[in-house]
Amino acid sequence: MDVSLDLLVNAIVSGLLLGGFYAAVSIGVAISFGMLDIVNIAHPAFILLGSYVAYFANSVLGMDPILAAAIALPAFYLLGMAVYQVYYVAFERRNDQSLRSLAFFFGLLFITEVGLVLAFGVDYRLVEARYIGPSLHFGIIDLPLRLLVPFLVAAAMVVGLQVFLSRSFLGRAIQAVAQDQLALRLMAADPIRIKRIAFGLSFATAAVAGAILIIVQPVEPSIGREYIGRVFAICVLGGLGSFTGMAIAAIILGIVESLTSTFFGPSWAPAVAFGVLLVTLAVRPSGLMGR
Amino acid sequence: MSALLHVEGLSKRFGGFVALDGIELEVQDGERLGLIGPNGSGKSTLVNCICGTLQNETGSVRFAGKALDGLSSHQRTRRGLARSFQLPRPFASLSLAENLRVPILYTVNARGAGALAGAAVDARCRDLLGEVGLAEKADRLPRDLTQIEMRKLELARAMAAEPKLLIADEAMAGLSHAEVDEIVALLIRLNGQGVTVIMIEHIMRAVMEFSQRLAVLVAGRKIADGAPKDVVRDAEVVRAYLGE
Amino acid sequence: MRATPFILVLIAVAAAIFGIARWLDNSYAFFAGYVVVQYIVLGTAWNILGGYTGYVNFGITAFFALGAYSSVVLHKLVPTLPLPIMIVVGGAIAGLVGLGTGYLTLRLRGVFFSIATLALAVVVQTLITNWDFVGGARGAYVLRPRTAPLIGGDYMQYLFLIMLGLGVIVLATARAIERSSLGVGFAAIRDDEAAAEASGVPTLKLKLVATTLSGGFMGMAGAPLPFYVTYLDPASGFSLNYAVNAIAMPLIGGTSSWLGPVIGAVLVGGLQEYLRVTISSAVNVLVAGVLMVVFVIVAPHGIVGLFQRKR
Repeated sequence: MDVSLDLLVNAIVSGLLLGGFYAAVSIGVAISFGMLDIVNIAHPAFILLGSYVAYFANSVLGMDPILAAAIALPAFYLLGMAVYQVYYVAFERRNDQSLRSLAFFFGLLFITEVGLVLAFGVDYRLVEARYIGPSLHFGIIDLPLRLLVPFLVAAAMVVGLQVFLSRSFLGRAIQAVAQDQLALRLMAADPIRIKRIAFGLSFATAAVAGAILIIVQPVEPSIGREYIGRVFAICVLGGLGSFTGMAIAAIILGIVESLTSTFFGPSWAPAVAFGVLLVTLAVRPSGLMGR
Repeated sequence: MSALLHVEGLSKRFGGFVALDGIELEVQDGERLGLIGPNGSGKSTLVNCICGTLQNETGSVRFAGKALDGLSSHQRTRRGLARSFQLPRPFASLSLAENLRVPILYTVNARGAGALAGAAVDARCRDLLGEVGLAEKADRLPRDLTQIEMRKLELARAMAAEPKLLIADEAMAGLSHAEVDEIVALLIRLNGQGVTVIMIEHIMRAVMEFSQRLAVLVAGRKIADGAPKDVVRDAEVVRAYLGE
Repeated sequence: MRATPFILVLIAVAAAIFGIARWLDNSYAFFAGYVVVQYIVLGTAWNILGGYTGYVNFGITAFFALGAYSSVVLHKLVPTLPLPIMIVVGGAIAGLVGLGTGYLTLRLRGVFFSIATLALAVVVQTLITNWDFVGGARGAYVLRPRTAPLIGGDYMQYLFLIMLGLGVIVLATARAIERSSLGVGFAAIRDDEAAAEASGVPTLKLKLVATTLSGGFMGMAGAPLPFYVTYLDPASGFSLNYAVNAIAMPLIGGTSSWLGPVIGAVLVGGLQEYLRVTISSAVNVLVAGVLMVVFVIVAPHGIVGLFQRKR
């Protein structure tokens, strides 16, 4: 096959940028599933909710989508805490966490998606900003700002959360909550409160991820589902609970998908995540960074 | 006479941690063996390797003259190796009688000979529950049971598989003095019916009363094996238990 | 009740329903009835794995659409092929996919299986969207025969009869499982997998049996779909509504017995039809999702659980 160097290099570069964006999309699940052991399959639907918040602020108020996300952040945080509270009362406390809690999140996914359809319809929506359109050029490499800006925002968020989790008392408590609730109690920290905060954080990342999603591509309510496979493939491949592994996995997936859509067509890209997920589960379920 | 259970050079590691290191253990047909050791000495890991819940890296387990290596847990149960769990794990949505129905249908009936059908299965469940004193609660759910009744159910379910060898993993932890005596008597009665029993226990009174032979595990290695009264006087065992 | 009388009663009920629909002689009754019975089949199929063994399959649309699209393919290749044969083929393909997915993921914790099935739905949709033979993203038209074979009258009546037959088969199977050693083994797996293994239950094998049966029945439920809708595209064939309904109905009705999915499908399916006619088609799809969330929080054992005596 005649593969031009230009095409290959640019596919890898945009895959790298895409991977950074995927890390932002996955980090919420890395917190909820990887650290709290809560299988929030509705997370991608909440990301879409974030996209529509940005869309609304942008199209009606002319606001920058990333600024809109920053303003929406506290609301998402509170919403996340509320969802955790319901989850705790209905499932965790009853020690009934498998079948019904999965159905609960599936129901939330569906309600959010249908709610968005009712509010905004099924047409693709997009935002306008100065950085959507132009590209930087370095020799044969094109860096579209549409991908570069989300990459930078994503990187800032992932690094910020990583620092917060490893340096602050609260962050370390969040990391400990999955492993040793007793130790937390001895430190006079209420594990339920810690989990509520952590879940709120995981939700808040959806506001940012949603805003950069609508910068990367136009959205319609059902595309959230395409991200379920991606997000969980990334978290599982990265090894649950490891941000570094998650970021590496996100970049790997981004590059593989970008190569796939360059050489086989974009309609095949969603299948890549499934392949990665299935192979990981079958061969190395503990992930890249797992023990 | 060849041993019923023969563990040879069995080792198991978790990452860098060596949980079991070259364990050798023989249990004769019809014997009552006590297995003791401090917390974290590898007792439960050994049980899990023998029963197939974990797979050991090196060494082999032979049972009734055949190698068990590579067989899954349910296959070993069908060969006649039953266990009770340290923390009782009843089938929560099934009645007590139905709890016993599971091993009867999947172990006794799977062996072919002596398969039970229809009402005979139910009668057998109720007989077994009677043997451990739970006959009146046959149609109740496990959540209605007390701590000791839960242990009895756990033992009854292991017995329902009609094993040649029963491994009772800390079946008495947290029970009262009288309740411990009750479980020991139950296990000795069972042994009288021809079942070989390995008792894993911390309560020394129960171990000494029950065991014909005693093996001691410390930090993944077997440091003593012999007559109970000799073993408890062994210098190394005393040091392991009382510290230096 | 023993198995044979139960099947006879099921057949009698199905025949009575069909008789009433014919007596009403209203084409809407056949369309609405088809949808409700289709959900009985889908919900029961989901429940064989989800309710009995506790493993949640989210990829209902993958199996359902595999059945539907296998009929599209068969109809293009052999236009005269009778529908029951298409159903068998569709069921077999979906069952095999269920077996394969299960084989790769069922050794792990249950959530990984659930996640894999979610992704499976996306990948099957991607494959169909990229397959021009079945119309790709544009979709495919299937000509519905004018008259029904064997029974005469409108072909829709035949479709309803076929779906009723599937309902009888699926319900009889579900109840037979409950009453057999398979059902006891499934329940043991649902309650405690390690204890089930220690009691001699071959857990992996049983889980694979459940996934294959469950996936197969979903494929069978999907096989007549192209003739029902006459135009099938990936967006409608893989609609999330099917998945939500198939999970919501057993959870609302109760997952512990065959009756639960039936009650759930009749109530929710009926309510949806009612809302679709009276209010709007946008609201009716929300109903199942909202009811499911409410039920799993408030009534975890479903409607059947509300009426069951407490042991």
